[in-house]
Amino acid sequence: MVSLSEFLMLAALLFGIGMAGIIINRKNIIMLLMSIELMLLAVNTNFIAFSYFQNNTVGQVFVFFILTVAAAEAAIGLAILVVLFRRSHTIEVEKLDTLKG
Amino acid sequence: MNFTIAIPEIFVLSMLCLILLVDIFTPVRFKIATYLLVQLTLVLTFLCVLTQYLNYSNQIITFNGAYVLDKLALLTKLFLLVTTFFVFIYAFDYLRKRNIGRSEYYILGLLAVLGMQIMASAYSFLTIYLGLELLSLSLYAMVALDKDSARATEAAMKYFVMGALATGLLLYGMSMVYGATRTIDISQLGDIVNLATRNENMVVLLGLIFMLAGLLFKFGVVPFHMWVPDVYDGAPTSVTLFIASAPKVAAFCVTMRILVEGLSSMQIEWQFILVCVAVLSMFGGNVLAIAQSNIKRMLAYSSIAHMGYVLLGIIAGPDTVEGYSAAMFYIATYVLVAAGAFAVIAIMSDEGVELDKLEDYRGLNARNPWLAFIMLLLMFSMAGVPPTVGFFAKLGLLQALVEANYIWLAALALVFAIIGAYYYLRIVMLMYFEEPRAELVKVKITMRPGILAAISVNGIAVLWFGLLPSSWIDMCRLSMV
Repeated sequence: MVSLSEFLMLAALLFGIGMAGIIINRKNIIMLLMSIELMLLAVNTNFIAFSYFQNNTVGQVFVFFILTVAAAEAAIGLAILVVLFRRSHTIEVEKLDTLKG
Repeated sequence: MNFTIAIPEIFVLSMLCLILLVDIFTPVRFKIATYLLVQLTLVLTFLCVLTQYLNYSNQIITFNGAYVLDKLALLTKLFLLVTTFFVFIYAFDYLRKRNIGRSEYYILGLLAVLGMQIMASAYSFLTIYLGLELLSLSLYAMVALDKDSARATEAAMKYFVMGALATGLLLYGMSMVYGATRTIDISQLGDIVNLATRNENMVVLLGLIFMLAGLLFKFGVVPFHMWVPDVYDGAPTSVTLFIASAPKVAAFCVTMRILVEGLSSMQIEWQFILVCVAVLSMFGGNVLAIAQSNIKRMLAYSSIAHMGYVLLGIIAGPDTVEGYSAAMFYIATYVLVAAGAFAVIAIMSDEGVELDKLEDYRGLNARNPWLAFIMLLLMFSMAGVPPTVGFFAKLGLLQALVEANYIWLAALALVFAIIGAYYYLRIVMLMYFEEPRAELVKVKITMRPGILAAISVNGIAVLWFGLLPSSWIDMCRLSMV
């Protein structure tokens, strides 16, 4: 039987990987979007684990909302990415440097 | 289920659906219909909220504890509706001249208003999250409205990534608090945390830190301020105008709900975090603003500093009754002034040319004395010079801090305010004591009557509430627990 703390550790690990992906990654914006998605899924794991082990359905309902909103968020992110690519013909993070100061 | 308290939000939502349909079926020549309908919606919603405000007697919670109607929510909604109304007037000409997203701007803006209204009334983590996302997603799209500008799209991408990171942090914090307390309702949260053991509360503390990080991201204060200058600078001025004003009030309201109403028993911990953040942002914002040559960037750093001041009020809150009211008054006046200042930048910029360098403000008095005078009032208010409203906002905060025995913090705030005064007064000096650039002397600054009226009202309000602030201060007086 997998215990609650193991679930929480897994979620924390996923969340950490997601955050590291956003901070360290310098190559590709699509990787950034994937990292964001990973963070949100880590949160979902957290909610589901708590909800299951405490017999409380609120967490599961919350997860449905997070999933839906995350889809909308990904759509907007990709839309901005398309506009950006059309304009500057690159999706490298390092090339995003016109705004400074 | 008491649907009556959500009537303003339901009305905005149904109007949004209607406006979307109308917008599709109107020919391009009549796109002004969208603008007029959106403004009409804002006015009607304002009247609706005003009726609720006038008939307000006591707190009502509905939708299984997810939604609340109280004075904080009503005040926030009133402020943000008025601000948005003015912002849309300012934006109209700017968008028309450049032909960017002429109806999309208003529709996305109205969606953002709906999100902010939900944030103001949210009383559980779920509603807070949904309101915040509705606001953020509309704002990301608005920043990217100017599809042909490399700067705007880059700003949008940065804003999106940073915003999504902040949302992730906020949600992770919420999941931790939910795990420890088994509830997402703010009304129940306080009691449960009070009764829990120290060990259980360690998890809540961890959640609190994550949630604070997410909220401070949205506020744009120092450790999480990287996106603010880039987004303010890169976005079209009409969008900067919007981002810089109303969402700040909504973020303040959510912070009050989570920290003060939900987790007031952890006040020692969050007070400590907020003290560090406030000092860093007042220092960082004011010092970095001095180095800027672009006025939009300068105002972005100044907004970081101002948000630091707002946090001071929340810090003083638990120890004195005046703290939260002073913070509310400060943020309301800041929004009034910031909207006006960005409006002046939008008015100044000509067809295709952004006039947002400090140099462009040289000798504005010779070119348009009235606009220069309004900018003078706005800058004085930001700096906190006496006859303007910004003075009373700062005074109230310092008073609250002294009452709460944070005298060293009050002294520090005063020192940073004096540093800040330098760059505000530099703009006044450029406008009044320098000659305009040769190629700009002949260029007329034209305003349509509507914009002229709006910016005049905005400027005069800064002076009027500075001379007679008591009515507004009384309005902002919150009776918090």
